Amino acid sequence: MNVDYFFEMFLGGLTRGSIYAMIALGYTMVYGIIELINFAHGEIYMIGAFTGLIVVGILTLAGWNTVAILVIASIAAVVWAASYGWTMEKIAYKPLRKAPRLSALISAIGMSLFLQNYVLLAQTSDFLPFPNLIPDFKFLKPIEHILRPSELVIYLTTAIVMVLLTFLIKFTRMGKAMRATSQDREMAMLVGVNVDRVISMTFVLGSATAALGGILIASHIGQINFYIGFLAGIKAFVAAVLGGIGSMPGAVLGSLVLGWTESFFTGYISSDYEDVFAFLFLVLILIFRPSGLLGRKEMDKV
Amino acid sequence: MLKLEAIKTYYGNIQALKGVSLEVQTGEIITLIGANGAGKTTTLMSISGIVPPRTGEIYFMGKPISRVNPDKIVAMGISQVPEGRRIFPYLSVLENLDMGAFLRKDKQDIQADLDYVFSLFPILAERRNQAGGTLSGGEQQMLAISRALMARPRLLLLDEPSLGLAPLIVKRIFEIIEKINAESRTTIFLVEQNANLALKVAHRGYVMENGMITLADTASALLANDAVKKAYLGI
Repeated sequence: MNVDYFFEMFLGGLTRGSIYAMIALGYTMVYGIIELINFAHGEIYMIGAFTGLIVVGILTLAGWNTVAILVIASIAAVVWAASYGWTMEKIAYKPLRKAPRLSALISAIGMSLFLQNYVLLAQTSDFLPFPNLIPDFKFLKPIEHILRPSELVIYLTTAIVMVLLTFLIKFTRMGKAMRATSQDREMAMLVGVNVDRVISMTFVLGSATAALGGILIASHIGQINFYIGFLAGIKAFVAAVLGGIGSMPGAVLGSLVLGWTESFFTGYISSDYEDVFAFLFLVLILIFRPSGLLGRKEMDKV
Repeated sequence: MLKLEAIKTYYGNIQALKGVSLEVQTGEIITLIGANGAGKTTTLMSISGIVPPRTGEIYFMGKPISRVNPDKIVAMGISQVPEGRRIFPYLSVLENLDMGAFLRKDKQDIQADLDYVFSLFPILAERRNQAGGTLSGGEQQMLAISRALMARPRLLLLDEPSLGLAPLIVKRIFEIIEKINAESRTTIFLVEQNANLALKVAHRGYVMENGMITLADTASALLANDAVKKAYLGI
């Protein structure tokens, strides 16, 4: 067995997993708070990538250096996508908060289609090249055939985002309010939590994370179009369910498991069946663990 | 302190409160008794702003609050211990208490209040790092009351604190309710199905039937009232 090949698959899976995780976190946070599968979440990721590309284009013309461009474009993408997430919640979900869950779900699907087609019309249906903004690191030269600099940046960013989110949820006032809201929304109101603000904040955080993922991945893969959000969104959704929707560690674990499954199966068996393996694995896990790897069973409400 | 003026509250098209008027004076314990489904819980949820009344007005310290958001109502000094305790199951006891003080910034006083509730219910101090959902029913009720006290309310709304608890625990909880009222001058609005118990600790009481107040009197008069005896005291 070729060790280099194995590591290549392993790291490739880790990259995919990190990508899924950046998106899956948004799904799982929103689900945790308002029990809604926000199907338009993938579109936020796509909008993040597009925003990044536009800013990159402008700054490249202005002759900035690539690291500065990457930082500025990331910030712009995060802010812009977060404002989309905030607005989306206000327009498409807040009015339906007391409606049956199915209505909100349909609204989410509508939002997803709307955003896809909006970008299609406002931008283009073609694939657009996305420049590689991540500089070459000298220390990576010897192993560059299995680990690209962009991959290393993706791992690091994902890890940092994860640590920051965990810290935020565990120790900050907003984090406590989020946890309380996810466990009992009405009771959270009764202790003085402004639940509307918590929900908005959840969308903002999820969108910001997805947008950051969007720009990094676009830079890694090298091209984007209006449809990337849909595919990535579906996969990340699978990852979130796999890990146990509503659980943040679950989203990360599910993403990594999904990433490795795809990577190893395509690497050792056949790349034609990548999605088949991914979904087969999802089915198997859900048969034996219906609430996902780290999901908790519904506690009986007395 | 609190005044309800002909409030009518609906769940969708179903009218739960059909013009409820009542008044709570500063420093007293008042109780609202009535059968299941009479509208007692709805009354409290209307006061807390969770289910605002469609018509009528609620005044707290002279200010109308029927259109005020729930979090602002808590900030004004009304805390509720809802029916069924509603402990945050995956937060620890300490975190649950911390959530009670969510709107407060006075760290030192919060610590003092924490010590106070631990002195009321020492078992909570023992279990401070345990998840709220793992406590027994009685302990959860103690935690729910303590959580509400952590907001330093001027008015404490208690919804069926005796529900589903062993008689000894109920007795203990009612002693604490009287103690809270006597020691910290917290006004208490107690909703109970256990009319006998409630009327013994309360100063005044209201009887509710089908979304309307049918009787209002001092607690001792209600205890002696024949209709109340027959309907709620089982005598």
